[in-house]
Amino acid sequence: MELWEMNQEEGQPAVTRDRRDFLKVCTMAAAAVGLSGAVAEQMAEAAAKGLKPSVIWLHFQECTGCTESLLRTSHPDLAELILSLVSLDYHETLFAAAGHQAEAALKKAMVDNAGKYVLVIEGAIPEKEGGIYCKIGGRTAVEIVNEVAAKAGAIIAIGSCASWGGIPSADPNPTGATGAPMILKGKTVVTIPGCPANPHNLLGVVLQYAVLGTLPKLDDKGRPLFAYGRTIHEHCPRRAHFDAGRFVQKFGDEAHRQGFCLYKTGCKGPATHANCSTLHFAEVIDAWPIGIGHPCFGCTEQTLAFRKPLHDTVDIDRPTPPDTYAPIKSPQGNVGAVATGTLGLIAGALLGAGYMASKKLGADEEQPTGKEK
Amino acid sequence: MSIDRRSLIKCGAAGAGVAIAASTLPALAARPRKEAPADAVGMLYDTTLCIGCKTCVVACREANGKPPDTSNSPGRLYDMPLDLNGTTKNVIKLYKDPDGAERSYMKAQCMHCIDPACVGACMLGALQKRELGIVTYKQEFCSGCRYCQMACPFNIPKFEWSSRAPLMDKCEMCVHRVVKGQQPGCTEVCPRKAIVFGKRADLLAEAKRRIAGSPKKYKGYRKGDAPRVYGETEGGGTQVLYVSHVPFEKLGLPDLGDKPVPEVAQTVQHGIYQGFVAPVALYAVLGAVIMRNKKAEGQKGKAS
Repeated sequence: MELWEMNQEEGQPAVTRDRRDFLKVCTMAAAAVGLSGAVAEQMAEAAAKGLKPSVIWLHFQECTGCTESLLRTSHPDLAELILSLVSLDYHETLFAAAGHQAEAALKKAMVDNAGKYVLVIEGAIPEKEGGIYCKIGGRTAVEIVNEVAAKAGAIIAIGSCASWGGIPSADPNPTGATGAPMILKGKTVVTIPGCPANPHNLLGVVLQYAVLGTLPKLDDKGRPLFAYGRTIHEHCPRRAHFDAGRFVQKFGDEAHRQGFCLYKTGCKGPATHANCSTLHFAEVIDAWPIGIGHPCFGCTEQTLAFRKPLHDTVDIDRPTPPDTYAPIKSPQGNVGAVATGTLGLIAGALLGAGYMASKKLGADEEQPTGKEK
Repeated sequence: MSIDRRSLIKCGAAGAGVAIAASTLPALAARPRKEAPADAVGMLYDTTLCIGCKTCVVACREANGKPPDTSNSPGRLYDMPLDLNGTTKNVIKLYKDPDGAERSYMKAQCMHCIDPACVGACMLGALQKRELGIVTYKQEFCSGCRYCQMACPFNIPKFEWSSRAPLMDKCEMCVHRVVKGQQPGCTEVCPRKAIVFGKRADLLAEAKRRIAGSPKKYKGYRKGDAPRVYGETEGGGTQVLYVSHVPFEKLGLPDLGDKPVPEVAQTVQHGIYQGFVAPVALYAVLGAVIMRNKKAEGQKGKAS
């Protein structure tokens, strides 16, 4: 029986499962994010001792798409995640509580797990007019994020909005929306951009922090290298068509039907750092833009998404050889007889003119001296 | 214009000097053939193994810090050099027989000749055979004359035409890696060991072993020639060796014979400049002529 079926039939949380089943969940979670089997065991032991990391999830200016995609993961599914692997202490979308009760839960989690909890931020944070464009419980997003981040053990910004501003920060950006790293200057903020972000990348960071107490290696934009170290282009399933020069010229043309490369229709894959091409969304095969025949739109890159027109092409950062070869003798241009003759005539005329001019110059100089004598 | 006795004797003496210099030429004609250094390294390229993956082209760029060459690619999409050039030290070419199905890849890079024409042509010694017999380039001695490019029978050294302070560029068998005990970039990454690095003597033995093992597979210089190792004696021998399943002629390798390419040119050049006698003699003659003319001018001035 599949784990998710068990949950559905019994209608109760997975915590009642035996160690073997639980270990399986942990192994799945670890494998999904590229951690070793030994880590899964540590994870299971830590969870058995009740040492589940407390997670506080804040929503600001966003569409909740990142939470929605998280809800649709399996291996492990969300129930496994929030009931067995982490203690999700505050999440506005998934909370049963509301109003003052919810705010009280946030306060309690912050006090109980001070310095240890994981803060996940979803959504951009508006700064204009003192941040009045996003308020929760009468307080601005800037206030809330600064307060909660002050005592957090790890800070993760999920989605492009939280990472660098996303859609809310697109021109003309009326609310002055920006990302969490820009508000929390001086703090390490792990950013997991994407629109939505791939939930597995979040799980990877949270589980590594939960088990090993460390954060993965990050690039200069705070993105974990295990997920954002390479471009889409480097692992694209359509890469062979790029190398062979087989391009879709127009949506719906024969090349598009053949599944050729989407570069010329504006694919941002060559400039976009993300692992979508290897880890599709929600374990559905080909559930990502290029998989369904649409160019990558660069959602993880601040310089591309919502800034560069959707169907404009990007420059190739690191060009690689194509599927064609240089000939044995490299082609050289031929110079025609007429061209050679014309060039010769021009050169000759110039030489003659130069000679005559120099002669004239010399004559001018000599004449006065002759008069003096 | 009159020639007095004194100046005539002077000119005669200078002429004798030139004659002495010229007479040293025959003595130099027996320029000794050069042997590969005992520790000479080299590379062996086998066309029967190459699959044209161009990993070596990319690895070469990485090992030497060279940018991709996108100038021939529409839209600048690809790293697509059409030949060796100022940013490309190594390139994989394709030979396709227009009539038949015969085809072969061809890896072009410096051959590291045992007696290199480029070294002979280089005025200032920028190109020299240095460690392990590798022909290396020292940019601080380069005047940018491009004589090496003209001299090379394989058309290897290339000029950085697009640079404002152009230098020459050619494969130096990744000498910066080799002296550290590493392999050249191309041989390290080759997935089929179509290009291998090692001591020249070992590689030559290996190449001969391969030919002896399948004499029908390998070819000679022209169609119908007995199979051989290109570079064993060609142009006095090279440290990069080729074995091929199509005639070397088709791969664009020149028919050099076994005489070192710079033999004649260097004999003449080195003969003329032997002991620096000829230039000194020439300038002595010119000096004498100037002195004579000056004297004549002075006498004329006094007279008027």
